Amino acid sequence: MNSTESVKDMENSLLAVDKNRAFDIMAQFQGSSGADFVNDVLMPALESIGGRWERGEVSLSQVYMSGKISETMIDTLIGGATAAGSGRTVAVAVLEDHHNLGKKILSSVLRTGGFLVKDYGHALKAEQLADMVERDSVEYLMISTLMLPAALRIKDAVALIRERSPGTRIIVGGAPFLFDASLAEEVGADAFGRTATESLNIVKRMMQEAA
Amino acid sequence: MDRMTSMDRTMAALSHEEADRVPLFLLFTMHGAKELGMSIKDYFSDAENVIQGQISLHKKYKGDCLNPFFYAASETEAWGGDVVYIEDGPPNAGAPIIRSVEDIDDIEPPDMDNPVLRKGIEAIEGLVDYAEGQVPVIGTALSPFSVPIMQMGFEGYLDLMYENEDAFWRLMRKNEEFCVKWGNEQAKAGVTALAYFDPMASATMTSPADYRRTGHKIAKRVISRLDAPTASHMASGRALPIIEDLVSTGSGAIGVSSMEDLAELKRACKGRISLIGNLNGVEMRRWTPAEAELKVKECIAKAASGGGFILSDNHGEIPYQVPDDVIHSIRRAVDEWGAYPLEWFDADEE
Repeated sequence: MNSTESVKDMENSLLAVDKNRAFDIMAQFQGSSGADFVNDVLMPALESIGGRWERGEVSLSQVYMSGKISETMIDTLIGGATAAGSGRTVAVAVLEDHHNLGKKILSSVLRTGGFLVKDYGHALKAEQLADMVERDSVEYLMISTLMLPAALRIKDAVALIRERSPGTRIIVGGAPFLFDASLAEEVGADAFGRTATESLNIVKRMMQEAA
Repeated sequence: MDRMTSMDRTMAALSHEEADRVPLFLLFTMHGAKELGMSIKDYFSDAENVIQGQISLHKKYKGDCLNPFFYAASETEAWGGDVVYIEDGPPNAGAPIIRSVEDIDDIEPPDMDNPVLRKGIEAIEGLVDYAEGQVPVIGTALSPFSVPIMQMGFEGYLDLMYENEDAFWRLMRKNEEFCVKWGNEQAKAGVTALAYFDPMASATMTSPADYRRTGHKIAKRVISRLDAPTASHMASGRALPIIEDLVSTGSGAIGVSSMEDLAELKRACKGRISLIGNLNGVEMRRWTPAEAELKVKECIAKAASGGGFILSDNHGEIPYQVPDDVIHSIRRAVDEWGAYPLEWFDADEE
């Protein structure tokens, strides 16, 4: 099976929530490095799923389960965490809101993409989040939201973070931003990721630009 | 001036007929608190507030329904869960009430004399009295397939659905029994129809194949046992990939998303199931009067011909942040552009 077929096969396995098949595909790459499997098969499959989510062709349940299975595979590949992102850290958080699913999907995709994830949890106040970002000298912060009031509150968090940690880049995502294209700019974010994989690529691009 | 009552107008629309104008469902929940000058938490503490808030909003905007719905988390509150209030949005469900598979077997649905549910019934009864049969009063029952998002949290529920099918169906059986009892309690109190709130059914949340083996079967069973007509609401989720399934649940209408093209939805549904929607509630808070008018006009042009359409927001709840002048603009635009026959618009050209 060539790489393109493997990507398609992996994508179909993840969307069907067929964990056994996904692991079978991974087993076919025994002998090559874990990084090859992640970069050549798993990430392209997740990217395709992200694109299909954006076009309304697959469901959030499938996106979540795909991320979860991918993360399990990464856990079995010791070298996986040192793949594409070179082990850099990205912080993820949910502001004021109690909905964690978006953050979980984001974490799974970031880990699969080779990043270390610092999870700040959910239901945070703007002040709390700014404290954490300053304490940890966070370079890249992703804020996930489901509810409109929580999305609007990002503006307060951005203002505090800009004042205390001016070097931090802030990427936002979640339903309110999908329904209002101007909202990310309104709250002062550096970027908006329509999908978890897009958010991952935004961070990679920002890293390249900063290098 | 309107020539029909809101009830007659709505019934005509649901019968796929053109009434005097397009019905407008302004699905307010939290705006009642603004009307009464109180916090959202205080507002929802007493059914009388909700009654007075809805009456005030109805007199102000002359919408075509009354909405005794409090907030989604009130159902899990009745099951014993916590509610987290915020100052400018709907109360959220607190920590999940089901944290393990064992909890599914231990948890018991609330009785109909539960204080939270009684408060909801009181609000319905008050609004039914006010409406005098002239204005539809819309009850709400969260679908057994969707309510576990709050009972377990999103992740816990998806893990259950995909990894423990036996326990999933045990939970569904409990939720189904509760949903039927709660829906029928509202029917007994006089609601005109029930919103069967089912965002998890939408293709945004669940693949059509998974929906067909789960939520669709549940919806068919539950809706057939409810004593009031239902409208299935996708709460901003996509409906097009499961239109045939939604038609076969027995619901008379679908609440649809601004993410989907209303003209395409209309073609798929015409004469079979009515559409409710699909003004974008998130954008709505910053619309100018001209934008509001344009959005209303677009919806009417795409979906109102031949009836079978109720103009509303796309989520089933107008955000607290939407200002009065936008609502007034929407209201005026419906009068201006929604009067049947739609002489300004030639459907054949669409």
